[in-house]
Amino acid sequence: MIEYITDFALVLFYTMRDVLPILVLIVFFQLVVLKQPIPHLKRMVIGGVYVVFGLALFLMGLEKALFPVGKIMASQLSDPLFIGASGADLTNWRSYYWIYIFSALIGFSTTIAEPSLIAVAIKADEVSGGTINPWRLRITVAVGVAFALALGTFRIVTGTPLYIYIMVGYIVVIIQTFFAPKKLIALAYDSGGVTTSTVTVPIVAALGLGLSSAVPGRNPAIDGFGLIAFASLFPIISVLGYAQFISMKRRFIKN
Amino acid sequence: MRYKYYFLSIIKKLWAAVTDLIPIIVVVVFFQTVVIRQPFPQIGEVIFGILFVIVGLMLFIEGLEMGLFPIGESMAYALAKKGSLFWLMVFSFLLGFSTTIAEPALIAVAKEASVISSGAGLIENNQKTMDIYAMGLRLTVAFSVGLAIVIGVLRILKGWPLHYLIIGGYVLVMLMTIIAPEAIIGLAYDAGGVTTSTITVPLVTALGVGLATVIKGRSPLLDGFGLIAFASLLPMIFVMAYGLFWF
Repeated sequence: MIEYITDFALVLFYTMRDVLPILVLIVFFQLVVLKQPIPHLKRMVIGGVYVVFGLALFLMGLEKALFPVGKIMASQLSDPLFIGASGADLTNWRSYYWIYIFSALIGFSTTIAEPSLIAVAIKADEVSGGTINPWRLRITVAVGVAFALALGTFRIVTGTPLYIYIMVGYIVVIIQTFFAPKKLIALAYDSGGVTTSTVTVPIVAALGLGLSSAVPGRNPAIDGFGLIAFASLFPIISVLGYAQFISMKRRFIKN
Repeated sequence: MRYKYYFLSIIKKLWAAVTDLIPIIVVVVFFQTVVIRQPFPQIGEVIFGILFVIVGLMLFIEGLEMGLFPIGESMAYALAKKGSLFWLMVFSFLLGFSTTIAEPALIAVAKEASVISSGAGLIENNQKTMDIYAMGLRLTVAFSVGLAIVIGVLRILKGWPLHYLIIGGYVLVMLMTIIAPEAIIGLAYDAGGVTTSTITVPLVTALGVGLATVIKGRSPLLDGFGLIAFASLLPMIFVMAYGLFWF
């Protein structure tokens, strides 16, 4: 218990340091540049205290729960006893199918429930004048992220270079950009950032790092990262693809 | 009356934090009970930690919505209206920088990256070097997000087409990949997705939409977006440069 308290005090101290730049920014701009008093000062102060305590608690919990869960799942699902493989089978990517299924499910379920994606889907509906169904868009993006994470774990198991996958993804995005409805391009690019929430990032990062240290011949420093990059690239492709599909369908019906 | 409103808002935040976690809990519990069927290690500590995450996230979001978001948005509007390009640029940079430094996902990933790098012998294996490495990583990402917001705001002001800038950014990422050390590439690519979560997205979107509203001939719906896209692209380039410096 004492250990928790000293831990928390330390985290709290670091958190205050981390939030300080935002405080300086607000005070400086409000008082010096805009030359106005800070509105609702009391609320601001209370809010600031909440932010610092919340952030500190979250970081503690992350260390105790989210990171361990990601790592434990990776090591259990890649345990030779669990996958029933030995020797050469341990380097065969087919032995790790449960990992792919697990990461795909994590990707799908967290994306479907992601609040910022819901906001983007509603805006896409507005921008497109009602032609884009928010629910279908969310499912499309969630399937995209599920596929992205499954592919990302496959890459970690096989140890193939990350940049090749990302480069192919970029080329796909560039080609799609030229054919997609112009109005939706900015929104689609932004959607890349929205699927990777504060809760998902640590779990997914720990999953990749855990997996890369469990599979023989893989090095966490080189193979362990990259899952988040996959999860931020695929939503762009799925949103552009969905928009493209809708406009093609409309053209088809018109003719 | 006010307290009732307050209470409801807390419950709502608590629920939002729980729904953030539910999908993960469902999938993990399913795998544990149906697929793996083995005792889950450190179960007590994990449950304790999950409670921390839920309460922490709830307080964090509540605090942001009480204090930071309203003033951030009104300042973004006020500065866009004021029409001073210099202060707008300074504000954009500092907004990107300061919100990224406080971004919880980045704090977590930077720390993990320092552990991995020291484990692999890429940096010295002592706490001080690891702390410096993690902090340097966060400063690099924060600097690049600040710069990205400045470029994004300039784009909105000048009306540059977004896709050429993004494609140019992709090309730069690829060029950097050629010269960057192998051990930084994965982390650098991930840095793009890490930066854009809880604090940065709402404030930066408010800035973009505010600007597009104030400037004639811009549509907030169309031109207000695109800032986040830069904020996920530039960190990749800068973190690779950071890797060149360290390894």
